Amino acid sequence: MERILTIIDKEWAEVFKNRIVLFTVGFMPLMFTLMPLAILFFSRNSDMSGDVADLPPSFRAACGEMSAGACMQVFLVNQFLLLFMMMPLIIPVAIAAYSIVGEKTTRSLEPLLATPITTIELLTAKSLAAAIPAILATWICFAVFVIAAPIVGAAPPVVASLFNPMWSLAVFVAGPLMAIMAVNFAVIVSSRVTDPRTAEQTSAVIIVPLLGLVFGQLAGVIVLNAQLMLVVISLLVLADVGLIYLGARLFQREAILTKWK
Amino acid sequence: MIHVESLTKKFGALTAVDSLTLDVAEGEVFGFLGPNGAGKTTTVRMLTCLIAPTDGRATIGGLTVGRDDHAIRARVGILTETPGMYDRLSAEKNLTIFAKLYGVKDVAGQVDKYLRMLGLWERRGDEAGSFSKGMRQKLAIARALLHEPKILFLDEPTSGLDPEAAKLVRDFIAELKSEGRTIFLCTHNLDEADRLCGRIGIFRTRLLTVDTPANLRRRLYGRKVVFHMKRLDPAWAEAARALPFVKEAQAVDSRLIVGLDEPEEQNPILVRRLVELGAEVQFVGELRHSLEDIYLNFIRQETGNGE
Ligand SMILES: Nc1ncnc2c1ncn2[C@@H]1O[C@H](COP(=O)(O)OP(=O)(O)O)[C@@H](O)[C@H]1O
Ligand SMILES: [Mg+2]
Repeated sequence: MERILTIIDKEWAEVFKNRIVLFTVGFMPLMFTLMPLAILFFSRNSDMSGDVADLPPSFRAACGEMSAGACMQVFLVNQFLLLFMMMPLIIPVAIAAYSIVGEKTTRSLEPLLATPITTIELLTAKSLAAAIPAILATWICFAVFVIAAPIVGAAPPVVASLFNPMWSLAVFVAGPLMAIMAVNFAVIVSSRVTDPRTAEQTSAVIIVPLLGLVFGQLAGVIVLNAQLMLVVISLLVLADVGLIYLGARLFQREAILTKWK
Repeated sequence: MIHVESLTKKFGALTAVDSLTLDVAEGEVFGFLGPNGAGKTTTVRMLTCLIAPTDGRATIGGLTVGRDDHAIRARVGILTETPGMYDRLSAEKNLTIFAKLYGVKDVAGQVDKYLRMLGLWERRGDEAGSFSKGMRQKLAIARALLHEPKILFLDEPTSGLDPEAAKLVRDFIAELKSEGRTIFLCTHNLDEADRLCGRIGIFRTRLLTVDTPANLRRRLYGRKVVFHMKRLDPAWAEAARALPFVKEAQAVDSRLIVGLDEPEEQNPILVRRLVELGAEVQFVGELRHSLEDIYLNFIRQETGNGE
């Protein structure tokens, strides 16, 4: 445990001196919180009965008794919160890519592997160092959003929708699972490439399934609800188990020193 | 302290280390001498439990490689071929991280001790990335010593350093030797091996020979004595050759180089004979072959046989 904490401390001391990582970790949460708040603010009084007709019928049905304006806002917020879930994917990818490929290029992994740390401890430490900031950023931004939404004029049903089980599941369960998935994916990619930017960009394909959900909802093919979120969570658990297994297999002393490029 | 038996490492079809057998005693500085690509780093990696041998066995301080890996890592110190510092972190922070990973009790105390010992104390707060090559190497040596290992593996500690930095590092290794640590020193610097090592193994995929530097010289060339004269008459070489105990005699400029089995007994006789012939002898000394000759000879033989 002591060794895991030592590595996490080292990772944070080092990786947050990197401007690109700082930008990703600082700017993304800001953007993903302020943008939906701004949209809520500008859409607070407008009569949107016309636009509501444009909403996917499945979504309109899900709105039930809500006013047209509120239904529109809920729809917008839903879309934005999906984008919001990019945070637990992108932040860990940025940190892990720089932390692992960075160590590869400076060849600092070998002295590290020569210490009596187990590779599981090292992988755990690196994963936590990448996942914790992402999870914290997601939770803090969500909290800010929940507090600020009524202030900028979100309709009461919109605020209430933030407290529904689907969003709690998304933010508090799917978020951490996504962060873990992203970290392990980045570890696997990082073992294959020699440039942190390439690692980051390649690993970013991990957001594709999420974008699938965003466009699926826009197109009216799916409606995100608690049931669907449970399905997503189950898939994430499977993906995590698989990726952790693959990541741990790659993260062996011999493989790191002789097979990684 | 280090016991190696038929240790072999293959990378696919390539055999990097072929059936290496050797023993290093406690407190010994063992020079592992070989050209680039000889398999020195691969050997060190196997002995420090970073990669697994394909075949053979090794024990380090009584612990078995492949079985007690964790304990071996905790007990040995290693200077890797590239220092691999965390460039954005201070020298002190770099050492603190490793002291903690090695489970050192008095982290701050040990870090202070080695920062001072290696002359890095003044710059302890500076980022390691701002250090010169020599300072990085010293920092890497400090890092290898934090947990006071009795057994040290040094992989080319002076390669790429300027002469002054290399000398500092060498002097420091001599100091470590005097503390009684067992040191496995990989190098392709002959002078370094000659000065620091009790025994030298000449290695290129296979171990070609192991001996003390002095014995290596003797084995290959026998013993030779040089007579410096004011003036040399070629006839004197003839006369020397005529003596029954002289194996060979050669005139080179104003020097006479003579091959003898027991110079201690035979030099006085030879000197007397030369003086009788009118030679004015200025100095008499033993001819020391450079280790380089010996080394190149072994490597050449190996290449000749192998290809
Ligand atoms: N991971 C690896 N995969 C394949 N071949 C390797 C690997 N590491 C080293 N080798 C090969 O093994 C041989 C010995 O390398 P090395 O131990 O680094 O030599 P040295 O340290 O003496 O210069 C070289 O031919 C090198 O190319
Ligand atoms: Mg080497």
